[in-house]
Amino acid sequence: MNNYGGDLFTYITRRLIHTIFVIFIISFISFSLLHFIPGDPALTMLGPDATNEQIEALRKELWLDRPLHVQYAHWLTKVIQGDFGKSITYYENVTSVILRSLPISLYLGIIALGFSAIFGISMGIICAIRRATFLDNLISTFSNLGIAIPIFWLGLLGIYLFGYKLGWLPIQGFIWPSEGFGQSFLYSIMPIVCLGLPSLAILARQTRSSMLEVIQQDYIRTAKAKGLREHTIILRHALKNALIPIVTLIGVLARILIGGSVLVETVFNIPGLGKLLVNAAINKDFIIVQAGVLIISAITCFVNLVVDISYGWIDPRTRYE
Amino acid sequence: MLKKSKNRFGNLGYIFKVMFARKVVIFGSIIIGVFFLIAVAAPWLAPYDPLEQNLRATLQPPSRIHLLGTDELGRDTLSRLIYGARISLLVAIVVVIIAGGSGTIMGLIAGYFGGLTNTIIMRITDALMALPPIVLMLAISAVIGGGLKSILFSVGIVLAPTYCRLMCGQILTLKQSDFIIAANVLGANDVRIIIRHLLPNAFPPLIVLLTINLGTAIMFEATLSFLGIGIKPPTPSWGSMVMEGYRFLVKNPVISFAPGIAISLLVLGFNLVGDGLRDALDPRLRGTI
Repeated sequence: MNNYGGDLFTYITRRLIHTIFVIFIISFISFSLLHFIPGDPALTMLGPDATNEQIEALRKELWLDRPLHVQYAHWLTKVIQGDFGKSITYYENVTSVILRSLPISLYLGIIALGFSAIFGISMGIICAIRRATFLDNLISTFSNLGIAIPIFWLGLLGIYLFGYKLGWLPIQGFIWPSEGFGQSFLYSIMPIVCLGLPSLAILARQTRSSMLEVIQQDYIRTAKAKGLREHTIILRHALKNALIPIVTLIGVLARILIGGSVLVETVFNIPGLGKLLVNAAINKDFIIVQAGVLIISAITCFVNLVVDISYGWIDPRTRYE
Repeated sequence: MLKKSKNRFGNLGYIFKVMFARKVVIFGSIIIGVFFLIAVAAPWLAPYDPLEQNLRATLQPPSRIHLLGTDELGRDTLSRLIYGARISLLVAIVVVIIAGGSGTIMGLIAGYFGGLTNTIIMRITDALMALPPIVLMLAISAVIGGGLKSILFSVGIVLAPTYCRLMCGQILTLKQSDFIIAANVLGANDVRIIIRHLLPNAFPPLIVLLTINLGTAIMFEATLSFLGIGIKPPTPSWGSMVMEGYRFLVKNPVISFAPGIAISLLVLGFNLVGDGLRDALDPRLRGTI
């Protein structure tokens, strides 16, 4: 290629193919979960009280008597058409169960991401420009703690303090904003803060390092020599360049938020996808587990793809990888 | 940066000096040291048997006979906390050794032999790393059914790919180095090159990752136990203690609070020491791992 920037189109195509490949492997992994169970899958799912007819019916329904690759092809075809099968524990289609829970998790996750981004990046900037002061040390300690504190424990702490002792916030449940904005806000504060805290801490740390690195660059020194005011330098020149490695973090953060949503939804009893997955894992409802793993992974891969493409667009050097 | 040293271990003193110059690293090491001591000395330290029930003294608040109170079956919370340290650390060390070992071997193979082996191994690694850790652990635990085996397997599978990717990257960089080419020319076979030349030079980020992963493993084990698919009661695990205390949060919050503080402190300790290690070995890595 003779253009220095590299071909964005080729890069996007390559990442797309890579992502599709990875999703295929993940789909095979989540499909085959059923077959790693020691013992009979149908028996495990239905439990020891199931009659022989029920077990046989399930085996027929899931094509468990056919060869593995035939089963996989069958499952995959149905999945592409949007049919994930029928759940064992809820007597309805897995698709409709997921469609009920997914929006809640997405809603909380995206707001938590925004919350952690706004506060995390701001804190990181403050740390960088007020380096080695008390504020810097305080925020750095706080972000170290933010990664070390278990989210589920933080939720319990919040429930005890704000729900029970102070009585300010409801201790569990979830309401959509459309059903009452004020109430929805009260129900959502604690879950969102608990969800967003580790991401906030990671973003603060990364922003601090990136900013510190960028501030030492020559072009910042030039800007200062030109006489620009500090906040212009920080916001217009330093921040834009420091944000580049932070954008790549979003992929990592998506994984952390999704993982965290499992815990937060369990502690606060929110009917989202995370809680659905946990209940399904405990109750051995593998139909839901398969569907849940696939959907969550697809979302994660998609987010990573978007991050990779934006990164390739922002920084042309990555297109050669 | 590191000074030239006469033997492989000459730099250790310098690394430790840089590492422990920072107060937070000393703080972290003290935390880890204390918890290790507690775990080792558990049978002598714990005032009561962690499994011993006393149904006449359930849900007691902290007092002189039970320093942290008792839980719903009358078991002493402090003793359970102390034995929980033993279990958490043991599980974490075993898991990290297994995951680190297998991940490193796969990474070495992928990096060294390249080509199709590399592609296959790295694609699987990418797929495993694309899944959010908790989701993967949930799925595997659903299959295996919970308990110690389940934790070892699921946490291991989640942690191993990181090592694989790290070592593969290190090998790919080091493969081009002069000393590797020289060793090849001198007739060293593959295994010798990998073990004697590549591995020792790839150590620094490996050690950092191992340290930080000890904290991560403790967090994951606590998470799985909290969800009910890890260490099952009555064995005292910090995670399951938090879960058990959930129901009695109003009557006796100490049951849930104490193990959470323990988890936070220990993970914090490992993170701080890991950070210190990384900064001492190569400050350029700051902010990345």
